[in-house]
Amino acid sequence: MSPVQAPVLDVRDLVLSYRQGDERAAVVHGVSFTVEPGEVVALVGESGSGKTSTAQAVIGLLAENGRIDSGTIHLNGEDISRWSSRRLRNIRGAVVSLVPQDPGNSLDPVMTIGAQVRETLEIHGRLDRREADRQVIELLTSVGLSEPALRIRQYPHELSGGMKQRVLIAIAIALRPALIIADEPTSALDVTVQRRILDLINDLRREYGTSVLLVTHDLAVAADRSDRIIVLQGGRIQEQGRTEDVLAAPQNAYTRKLLSDAPSLATARPRPPIEPGRPIAVTVRNLVQDFPLQSGKTFRAVDDVSFTVARGTTHAVVGESGSGKTTTIRAIAGFQKPTGGEIRVGDLDVRSLRSEELRQFRRKVQLVYQNPWGSLDPRQTVQAIVEEPLLNFDPLPRDQRQARVRAMIDRVGLPAALLSRSPHALSGGQRQRVAIARALVLEPDVVVLDEAVSALDVTVQAQILTLLAELQRDLGLTYVFVSHDLAIVRQIADTVSVLHNGRQVDYGTVDEIFSPAATAYTRELIQAIPGRKFPRAAFDRPPLAAAGPLS
Amino acid sequence: MTLYVFGRIGQALLVLWAAFTLSFVLLQALPGDAVLIKFLSPDFGLSADQINEIRAAYAVDSNIFVQYGRTLFNFLKGDFGYSLQAGVPVSAQLATNMPPTLRLAGLGFAVAVLLAVSIAFLSSMAPFAWLRNLLQSLPSLLISVPVFWLAIMLIQIFSFRLRLVSVINPGPWESLVLPVATLAVPISAPLAQILIRNIDEIRTRPFIAVARAKGASEARLLWKHVARNAILPALTIAGVLFGELVAGAVVTETVFGLNGIGGLTEKAVGNQDLSVLQAIVVISAAAFVAINLAVDLAYPILDPRLRNRAGVER
Repeated sequence: MSPVQAPVLDVRDLVLSYRQGDERAAVVHGVSFTVEPGEVVALVGESGSGKTSTAQAVIGLLAENGRIDSGTIHLNGEDISRWSSRRLRNIRGAVVSLVPQDPGNSLDPVMTIGAQVRETLEIHGRLDRREADRQVIELLTSVGLSEPALRIRQYPHELSGGMKQRVLIAIAIALRPALIIADEPTSALDVTVQRRILDLINDLRREYGTSVLLVTHDLAVAADRSDRIIVLQGGRIQEQGRTEDVLAAPQNAYTRKLLSDAPSLATARPRPPIEPGRPIAVTVRNLVQDFPLQSGKTFRAVDDVSFTVARGTTHAVVGESGSGKTTTIRAIAGFQKPTGGEIRVGDLDVRSLRSEELRQFRRKVQLVYQNPWGSLDPRQTVQAIVEEPLLNFDPLPRDQRQARVRAMIDRVGLPAALLSRSPHALSGGQRQRVAIARALVLEPDVVVLDEAVSALDVTVQAQILTLLAELQRDLGLTYVFVSHDLAIVRQIADTVSVLHNGRQVDYGTVDEIFSPAATAYTRELIQAIPGRKFPRAAFDRPPLAAAGPLS
Repeated sequence: MTLYVFGRIGQALLVLWAAFTLSFVLLQALPGDAVLIKFLSPDFGLSADQINEIRAAYAVDSNIFVQYGRTLFNFLKGDFGYSLQAGVPVSAQLATNMPPTLRLAGLGFAVAVLLAVSIAFLSSMAPFAWLRNLLQSLPSLLISVPVFWLAIMLIQIFSFRLRLVSVINPGPWESLVLPVATLAVPISAPLAQILIRNIDEIRTRPFIAVARAKGASEARLLWKHVARNAILPALTIAGVLFGELVAGAVVTETVFGLNGIGGLTEKAVGNQDLSVLQAIVVISAAAFVAINLAVDLAYPILDPRLRNRAGVER
């Protein structure tokens, strides 16, 4: 890249605000940065940092109540910050394009794949149908979709998430724009798919010389894939510089915090080995789960899975979507009858439980779900949410009940003032703490955590993981921790099962799973963890509290 | 796919049979019968024996199961029996009264859909916020207007005050203007509400942002992406609203003095003319079932997600 070349994108003193009622709330306060030709610049920050708003402003897609208050956005030398939406239309797709966050919802469900890719070509130029179709097939081939001639006649629901994201990338590169804005392009995808998609974006960039503005919350992805990093917090740039410089010697305290909280960038120190002779809390033996299909055949979701979890330890169940990990924990929690095999929690045979026994069994096993926005009733207060399990099981007098709720809320690190609030007034991390309090208020033996930190920002994720480790040490809890993220698993788990297409491909201690002795599939999963380009040790946080002495 | 079609047709036939049976049972449960009502009147001056003879001739005194079987068999042949009051075959009555109602209902429904779609799309495209708000609150206003009141107001304003539409000896089409408007307004309102809600919801979907990022114009967004997705859920409601149409037609025809199925129903209820009532119930049910069957069969054509999923590849 020669220094005389003008930057593709030059953002100066950008101030953005949103109208909320009668007031305007500023979300971006004077952000300046450039993207040079062929460069990948990562815009890194947590939710609310203003990274997405900044990216939306660059392509002129701010929400209706959003506005550019001041500053300039030069794209290929022209200031587009004051352009009308009619004028912006000419450059959208042609000069700057978008790879969106959520491939599942980013394609029109009632339009064929071919029509949606062709649309970009139609909008920006008159092409006869045959020439357009030829180009569409060429594009789908270049993003690595198999059988492109078949794909153009298919609809989005007939494609997997990774395939949909390839289609969206084909749309974004169709007119060879100067700049592609990739807004969290892989955060909804499995880790191996994530790697392939990021590789694809990188290859296309190299081939076409397109610049990429990569918006991500994941510092590890930014570390692997960008030339420069811009760290945003609260609408202000905290730090920007060459990726290797920022990672090697972060100048800013917030950057250092992000680095230390990113699970995949930390070289986790393993938890001490489990001493032999601990009692077994959960036993799963030869678990098989079949589901009937419409065609009359059966689909085997879980095929011969076995593991044991010692009391006070954490067993991680790892796998990509469709691996059978959720089915496995649903069987442990007694939500579905296994087709075959044995499940024991303590000395109870879960399969033999009938209605009232099963209800009593629920107090021993509690669940924390992935999505703290969906798993809390929006009409209940925090007090009512945490109190509800007690009402179902312990007929305590009101004041004692409230005391227990209060103690639990305090235990998960929330102020008592939140008790009267409803979930929508809480942040994601606070909600997940409420969900944990609700699970623990019955003093269960086993807590099943279903992707319990996957929806959270890295910093919040780190706090929740620390909380979980403390609670385990103090209360002697046994965790079954479901995750697709091996980097987190390495921090929190003692033992691991890796599932693939319903089969258990690996089972052992964390050390064994991360050793070269693991199966090829597990090694592929580990290879796909982003952040491997810059393994670092300097900002390691202390290891999470290990399994402590049993009380 | 064929399984789906045959399943739906089977269900439709089952519903029709149930409607026939239910209406038969309910109508038979009414005290007295049309024969009694007509011939008991002192005008005829008939004795009890003579009435019984007539009852036997019309076979209204036979076993209820025999009557049920015979009526069902006749209905299947397309023979709806005789109207006792008018003394003519029910099918003849239907032949005269059906076309005006079909015209009214068909036009009313078409106008309702047109009105609903216009309100919904204008409310999302209108250039000024106040205009959008006005259009968005219009359906709630229209939904709360009683049909009979609307009819009278329309006659008052357009016929008597403005003298735009004549109500005395109007032309064949002129006579339809006000009834169609009366019928369309209350039907369009819920449809417009659903459409407005769907359009607003679809506009927030990520695929709309992607289309915008392609450089699509607002008009293209609306017609190519929003419209088709927003209309899908409204289709079911449109099918259900057809029931409203039948009920609305009865009131509308009465107010405007139209000689249609509505008027026929009104008279048949007053006279307990069972064979006429039974025929009307079954025909209304058949129309309702047919419309909803058409909606069900149209869905897989309009929404690719509902087509056979056997071919899905990973």
